[in-house]
Amino acid sequence: MIDIKDICKTFYVGETVIKAVDHASYHVDQGDVVVIIGPSGSGKSSFLRCLNMLEEIDSGKIVIDGVDLTDKKTNINKIRAEVGMVFQSFNLFPHKSVLENVMLAQKIVRKRSKTEAKEIGMKLLVKVGIEEKADAYPNQLSGGQKQRVAIARALAMNPKVMLFDEPTSALDPEMVGEVLDVMKSLAREGMTMVVVTHEMGFAREVADKVIMMDAGQILEVGDPEHFFTNPTHKRTQAFLSQII
Amino acid sequence: MLKDVKKNLIWYIALVAVILATAFGAMKMTERINYEWYWGRVPQYFVFSGDEDQFADGNGEAVIEEIDMDQSKVILEYDNGEKDTLILLQDSLMIEDGDSFSEGDKIGAIHVVRTGILIEGLITTLELSLYSGIIALIIGLFIGLARVSKNPLFRGLASIYVEVIRGTPLLVQIFIFYFFVGTVLDFSRFTAGTLALAIFAGAYVGEIIRAGIQAVDKGQMEAARSLGMNYMEAMIHIIMPQALKRVLPPLAGQFISLIKDSSLVSVIAITDLTKAGREVITSTFATFEIWFTIAGMYLVLTFTLSMIIRYIERRFSVSD
Ligand SMILES: Nc1ncnc2c1ncn2[C@@H]1O[C@H](COP(=O)(O)OP(=O)(O)O)[C@@H](O)[C@H]1O
Ligand SMILES: [Mg+2]
Repeated sequence: MIDIKDICKTFYVGETVIKAVDHASYHVDQGDVVVIIGPSGSGKSSFLRCLNMLEEIDSGKIVIDGVDLTDKKTNINKIRAEVGMVFQSFNLFPHKSVLENVMLAQKIVRKRSKTEAKEIGMKLLVKVGIEEKADAYPNQLSGGQKQRVAIARALAMNPKVMLFDEPTSALDPEMVGEVLDVMKSLAREGMTMVVVTHEMGFAREVADKVIMMDAGQILEVGDPEHFFTNPTHKRTQAFLSQII
Repeated sequence: MLKDVKKNLIWYIALVAVILATAFGAMKMTERINYEWYWGRVPQYFVFSGDEDQFADGNGEAVIEEIDMDQSKVILEYDNGEKDTLILLQDSLMIEDGDSFSEGDKIGAIHVVRTGILIEGLITTLELSLYSGIIALIIGLFIGLARVSKNPLFRGLASIYVEVIRGTPLLVQIFIFYFFVGTVLDFSRFTAGTLALAIFAGAYVGEIIRAGIQAVDKGQMEAARSLGMNYMEAMIHIIMPQALKRVLPPLAGQFISLIKDSSLVSVIAITDLTKAGREVITSTFATFEIWFTIAGMYLVLTFTLSMIIRYIERRFSVSD
């Protein structure tokens, strides 16, 4: 489904060179739920953002569903419509109502009619349990509600893959559950998901694979059980002992 | 509000006292230079009401019918067969029914009520500001977009434009525009003046819009792009609406400046409010009265605009 070969992403901040992603390779199978963990600054976000070209990679190759992202002929907007993304800071459109947030890209990108977009939008709002707030504006919602709307907005494009970048990190603890529940049900429906999170409970419940990143590199890969019982690397052990 | 007045009563009294003292001081100063105030001369330049003589266009005979106590209908039958019908003031008639007249003779006078030159000037200033404001907004939108563009050509051109316009005096720009560009492209004075103002204000509007775009959270563009919108779609549907809402107050300030700056086009002989004032002064010598009046009229324009903008802002802020 997603084939990542030896990708690099470097940032230049003044004199300093930051290798945010340093020769990372991985393969995500259709329907897999992959959880990425790792200390802050280890390149998890950069890695994820490369997958929908929010960051342009310096070298390497990414193929999603048979389409080569680095190919000049590839229409990047088409790919992005197939790859949903959920951000830590929600990034809902504040000038649009909840329903409009979910409808807008359907109309513009998918060229759906207003009625069709509305129907699909309402269905998804029901799915994430927030249909009663359809006419509210984002600033009238709690963090958990915002994130659920953001998930519905991404799902409205019928993506083949969903990327989540620490979707619960900005939430008050009592709201983490409601967002994870939506994500779990998505995972059970067979959605291909790449999730950066430190919620190890989520990883244990639905992840097929866990990736440990460190200094821009993929340090260790395994199923969740492996990480709970006998992680190989010292850095992984140290990291896990901090977050569990 | 009322509570505030009660609490700070002493300061409100002081405020009124200072205003009164300033007005009194100004009065005393004009007394010292023996200036004679003739406010009575001003109103006729707002609305002109008076008699205007009418003359014959050729030779012929007149047929006069009385309409009422004050007015008569005068039909001028010219020798060449043409006719003119005038309603003239009874007292002003110089000829009687059946009299003949020759070209250039004064027949009588009509009563006219016309807008005065100050009102005409005000309208010209309004038109100048409105047209140049609209054009400036369009220019500014494109400049703002170009300034945040990744394309070095657009970004470079926009930067040069902004730097050149902001780095040279408006007065000089107006002269260049009128004498150089205007002559080459054969613009009327009004067109040249409007465009010069628009190009001037456009640079400032562009900077305001650029700042507005950059103030929108980066995550908004990323969210829009990650949904598959292209750059332009994201700009139009997501970034611009949020940016424009933010820039309304500085934009309002810029348009108020534009109204005031428009007074400079009077140097290329456009009869705007300022030029109208100068013309009135040459015929009345009521220098102080006219300049105070002109200042007041500008104030009415700018104040009205700020009120309108404040209303729009309130309407806008309902959605968040
Ligand atoms: N846009 C950027 N400009 C410069 N440096 C960046 C940028 N984004 C990330 N980095 C740097 O890249 C490294 C990896 O960051 P990131 O991918 O956000 O890590 P993580 O998500 O694991 O915390 C960090 O050192 C960060 O400072
Ligand atoms: Mg991160």
